[in-house]
Amino acid sequence: MRIPSMLRPALLAAAALFAVAAQAQERFITVASTTSTEQSGLFGHLLPAFEKASGIKVRVVALGTGQALDMARRGDADVVFVHDKVAEEKFVAEGYGVKRQEVMYNDFILIGPKADPAKAAGKDILAGLRKIEAAKAPFVSRGDKSGTHAAELRYWKAAGVDLDAKKGPWYRDTGSGMGPALNTASSMNAYILADRGTWLNFKNRGELGIVVEGDTRLFNQYGVILVNPAKHAHVKQADGQKFIDWVVSADGQKAIADYKIGGEQLFFPNAAK
Amino acid sequence: MYELSASLALAGDLIAAGDARLAGIVLLSLKVSLGATLVSCVLGMPLGALLAVGRFAGRRSLIVLFNGLMGLPPVVVGLLVYLLLSRAGPLGQFGLLFTPTAMVVAQIVLITPIIAALTRQVIEDEWREFREQLRSLGASRVRAARTLLWNGRFSLTTSALAGFGRAIAEVGAVMIVGGNIDGVTRVMTTTIALETSKGDLPLALALGAILIGVVLAINALAYAFRQWAERRWG
Repeated sequence: MRIPSMLRPALLAAAALFAVAAQAQERFITVASTTSTEQSGLFGHLLPAFEKASGIKVRVVALGTGQALDMARRGDADVVFVHDKVAEEKFVAEGYGVKRQEVMYNDFILIGPKADPAKAAGKDILAGLRKIEAAKAPFVSRGDKSGTHAAELRYWKAAGVDLDAKKGPWYRDTGSGMGPALNTASSMNAYILADRGTWLNFKNRGELGIVVEGDTRLFNQYGVILVNPAKHAHVKQADGQKFIDWVVSADGQKAIADYKIGGEQLFFPNAAK
Repeated sequence: MYELSASLALAGDLIAAGDARLAGIVLLSLKVSLGATLVSCVLGMPLGALLAVGRFAGRRSLIVLFNGLMGLPPVVVGLLVYLLLSRAGPLGQFGLLFTPTAMVVAQIVLITPIIAALTRQVIEDEWREFREQLRSLGASRVRAARTLLWNGRFSLTTSALAGFGRAIAEVGAVMIVGGNIDGVTRVMTTTIALETSKGDLPLALALGAILIGVVLAINALAYAFRQWAERRWG
């Protein structure tokens, strides 16, 4: 009598866990991707089409590019879908990824107060950044090792601004995702580098508007990589590859091109034919 | 405060519309947090009772430890459970990361100390009152702990509710171990965080109002049940 009564709580606990675990025995892959693709609404548009075509559910975990690649390095994703070419090539070279394929691009834009106190407006991102630094106008940085953060740092460097030396109270390193960083910029009326997709889907704009766009240097390439099954044996190689094949196929590319907010196309498919 | 009234109106609209996705998110929140609370009660209450009546080396340190662990940061719990369940971690082969089960596990770690510490307080007070009586009946300490737990069952609902409240309100741990995957691990708090990220503050606030409403409803139910049970069995 005594042993069963002592076991009872443990059994109850186990039953409760299994009750929650029992759901979702479906076919799925896990994709590590970026906040920009998730928060721009692209996946909400793209994934139902893929699920319909393949019967495979896609579970997206949206992080910064750096974090998404780390998650895949640990073996917690089947596919990565991110935008930092340098980091992606390193990921493949280290043997964590099978092969990098280009999928689509959008562009970065410099957002800032509509009144543009630093007079940064124009078509030249580097000139714009130099003016912001010269005016010490508030600038919000992602500071989270995301693809957008990496791009921002590249632009500062190309503009000849040595951030380590020039960083002052005007440069706010927020360590947050695209959306939260835009919220911060909106409340501070600061300049910020953003991807167009997130900006178009962003609602709390306040006094902010686009300050610099259309510079070819602002091009933002997205790539997709299958996590290497040789490193992590449980990677769902076949289904992951199906997803990759689909996004670079004519159907997938068309679905990407079809995604629009307010009539404006967010991502431009450019997979190699 | 235009946003506040707009959000409340939006919350009303969302409920009235009976959106299936919203209902799914609310249900998952309840399932995960109630599941975690249940397991934590099963683990934490006997532990708390033993801490109250037991006499063993290190008891005081354990009491201080559990009191301290009530302040565990959810993000840290999330990270620890993430590293445990990650494919590269010691429990990786079960593939539990980014599932509701992982979220339940994280919340169990988070709230078991709360339930244990509050239970210890309740039982300690009872122990002071009934100690002589139980001793004269020749009850062992384990036996005494069980009797006091049963005796204090109505007061212990508050410990359980405190644990539940912490579980359903936290976002740091479930965001990390659940991954906020749409339709799989997206719960109320992670949805609110996501909508805040998108800058849709009225929607985020409306969801917050719904979450508070759900928590209030659960507490009201628990209170009504306790009253009814006390009349019937008390």
